[in-house]
Amino acid sequence: NYLGYTSGVQKKTVTVIPGDGIGPEITSSVMGVFQAAKVPIEWEIFDISGGQPISQELIASISRNKVALKGPLYTEILSGSQSRNMELRKALDLYAHVIPCKQIPGITARHDDVKVDLVVIRENTQGEYSGLEQTLTPGVVQSLKIITKEASERIARYAFEYAKANGRKKVTAVHKANIQKQTDGLFLATCTEIAKEYPEITYDNTIIDNCCMQLVKSPEQYDVMVTPNLYGNIVSNIGAALIGGPGLAGGANVGERSIIFEMGAHHVAADIAGKDKANPTGLLFASVMMLKHLGLNDHASKVENAINAVIKEGNKTTDIGGTASTKEFTGAIIDYIEKNQN
Amino acid sequence: MFSRKSLSIFSTLRNYSSTTSKIQRVTLIPGDGIGPEIAESVKKVFSAVKAPIEWETVVVDANTGISKEVIESIKTNKIGLKGPISTPIGTGHQSLNLGLRKTFNLYANVRPCLSVPGHKTRYDDVNTVVIRENTEGEYSGIENQPVKGVAQSIKIITKEASTRIANYAFQYAMANGRKKVTCIHKANIMKQSDGLFVKSCREVSTRYPSVKYEELTIDNNCMQLVLNPAQLDVMVLPNLYGDIVSDLCAGLIGGLGLTPSGNIGDHGTAIFEAVHGTAPDIAGKNLANPTALILSSIMMLRHLGHFYEASLIENAVLNTLSEGKVKTKDLGGQSTCTEYTNELVRKITESLNKK
Ligand SMILES: Nc1ncnc2c1ncn2[C@@H]1O[C@H](COP(=O)(O)OP(=O)(O)OP(=O)(O)O)[C@@H](O)[C@H]1O
Ligand SMILES: Nc1ncnc2c1ncn2[C@@H]1O[C@H](COP(=O)(O)OP(=O)(O)OP(=O)(O)O)[C@@H](O)[C@H]1O
Ligand SMILES: [Mg+2]
Ligand SMILES: [Mg+2]
Repeated sequence: NYLGYTSGVQKKTVTVIPGDGIGPEITSSVMGVFQAAKVPIEWEIFDISGGQPISQELIASISRNKVALKGPLYTEILSGSQSRNMELRKALDLYAHVIPCKQIPGITARHDDVKVDLVVIRENTQGEYSGLEQTLTPGVVQSLKIITKEASERIARYAFEYAKANGRKKVTAVHKANIQKQTDGLFLATCTEIAKEYPEITYDNTIIDNCCMQLVKSPEQYDVMVTPNLYGNIVSNIGAALIGGPGLAGGANVGERSIIFEMGAHHVAADIAGKDKANPTGLLFASVMMLKHLGLNDHASKVENAINAVIKEGNKTTDIGGTASTKEFTGAIIDYIEKNQN
Repeated sequence: MFSRKSLSIFSTLRNYSSTTSKIQRVTLIPGDGIGPEIAESVKKVFSAVKAPIEWETVVVDANTGISKEVIESIKTNKIGLKGPISTPIGTGHQSLNLGLRKTFNLYANVRPCLSVPGHKTRYDDVNTVVIRENTEGEYSGIENQPVKGVAQSIKIITKEASTRIANYAFQYAMANGRKKVTCIHKANIMKQSDGLFVKSCREVSTRYPSVKYEELTIDNNCMQLVLNPAQLDVMVLPNLYGDIVSDLCAGLIGGLGLTPSGNIGDHGTAIFEAVHGTAPDIAGKNLANPTALILSSIMMLRHLGHFYEASLIENAVLNTLSEGKVKTKDLGGQSTCTEYTNELVRKITESLNKK
């Protein structure tokens, strides 16, 4: 699983941000599984739950370790500070959000009649998430969406490099350039230009609304999808739903100097937080991506095989129709690893 | 006989005080591509049901654009039914569909989506209505490139337009026996703009205590729709999210062949249209599926207060589709547009004779 920018880290220390909501439960699930699999990693844990600010030490830790594992951080709607998830991505320039959505044997979803195996590559630093908003007169608010050629070029190139390295055949640019002719127009034009450098990879484009319709009608047509920020958020959540739910997809926020691994569909899930109900599968798959990125391929396979085997046996959390709690599901993975070790 | 309770999903909201006895003149824009064929189908069905409607047919296509004559006609009649119009590719020309909405300030776009028994998809429990703000948001058209390689586009959200669309959504829910309105937003990221939209919806919701009110982020909403669409009922959304979610819902029920829409403005002005395109590949071949435009015309009839005629046509359509014997090719059937239309006419005539 190629993510680019091999870190070259020697001593394997990983920063952990358990986060809010179900974050602590799912991150501790990963840590428990890693311990059982004897993964040679040390954790540096930063609890910034409950709205605590992102400290200099935290940024320094991720910059030093180059790799972090993270649960979701809660952002208030309407009031309060800007999203700390965004703040981290911006501070570390994690410009590419990679979310693979692939069917998992043993989990039933409505779209099982076709093959779903797509990867969303979402631009992670600008677009609708610029944070530039103001009230012009009472009752009239404007919000700026910024698209630059530079960032579009960077994400487009990343998407094609990712496709090439992972043996993928096609890249689809997602946009709304018929309405937002300048911003999305720039994004689309840039993708189209970069595509020419990769003649071995098929390139096409689709308008976001039609894309969502196609995703639910025939998701098998998509391979790698490259998107501006907001569309990527939407498409990746649809992707997760196509394979069975928000707890199933993993993801990575990739920059040139560091990577943060987290759930693909990133939600605090306040409704089930603390109830031992969260599905840690997505974060576990993210942690497998992390192990591969760290060059710990044997450990990666060990963990990946265990997750797949346990799910196949029918041990599942309640969100996907099972009866297991987070701890029971994690326990089953740990048992599997311990039984099959040595 | 057709009380408010029995109002169906294919409807809008309107004070139908004027109605029934008088013959209403409606501007008909057949459009291009398959437009004329499916418009013909609507006309046949309307004569069968003896709808008190008189058509005033005007031409809008890529060449003519929106002429004075068309604007006058809609201004006078207040009601239009529109087939698809292809948008001329190339510079300058804005989409004619958008042009019409702007000219008449049609601020609410109403898009019902219903799983039709005869058309099998992965979902059989979709029954949603998208109420999309149609005038501002991401479609403001204000864009520029302050420096080379940096483009910005401005999204405008106003309290006035947000309150107006929220009111429409709640009144729609009340009038159509709907239980819940969900406001869709991204106010965790766009705290001020989407925040204003959410605040306006919340404020309006307090005036409708009998309708349940919820909020969902756009990403979560799309995810929930794919997982379990039965959770959602009426959704009220800013422009772009409405565009996206209505297409997603259409995808759930099998595409644009079965999705009508209404564009509603002040004082009852409204244009009803099928959402699909001109289908140039099958135009003129008698293969087009007229259902989406017929469902749009049913919304129009209800908008005008002609509930009886609307229900007759609706029953004919739903029964024909669920029997599955007479269906057009796009729905996996063998029938032509004419054969399908004739079947609807036969069913309507039968019900009228039974009475
Ligand atoms: N890992 C998971 N396991 C089980 N359910 C989950 C998981 N992640 C998300 N969910 C479910 O997905 C739904 C959406 O989550 P949530 O309510 O947090 O989203 P949101 O409204 O977008 O807010 P935010 O993204 O800020 O958390 C919730 O019902 C939640 O329980
Ligand atoms: N009412 C209909 N009945 C049958 N097939 C349809 C219908 N509407 C669309 N289609 C089919 O769906 C596909 C997409 O056509 P659609 O007209 O929506 O887009 P388009 O070809 O891009 O046209 P436009 O430029 O007007 O949007 C075509 O294969 C078309 O034949
Ligand atoms: Mg979320
Ligand atoms: Mg659309």
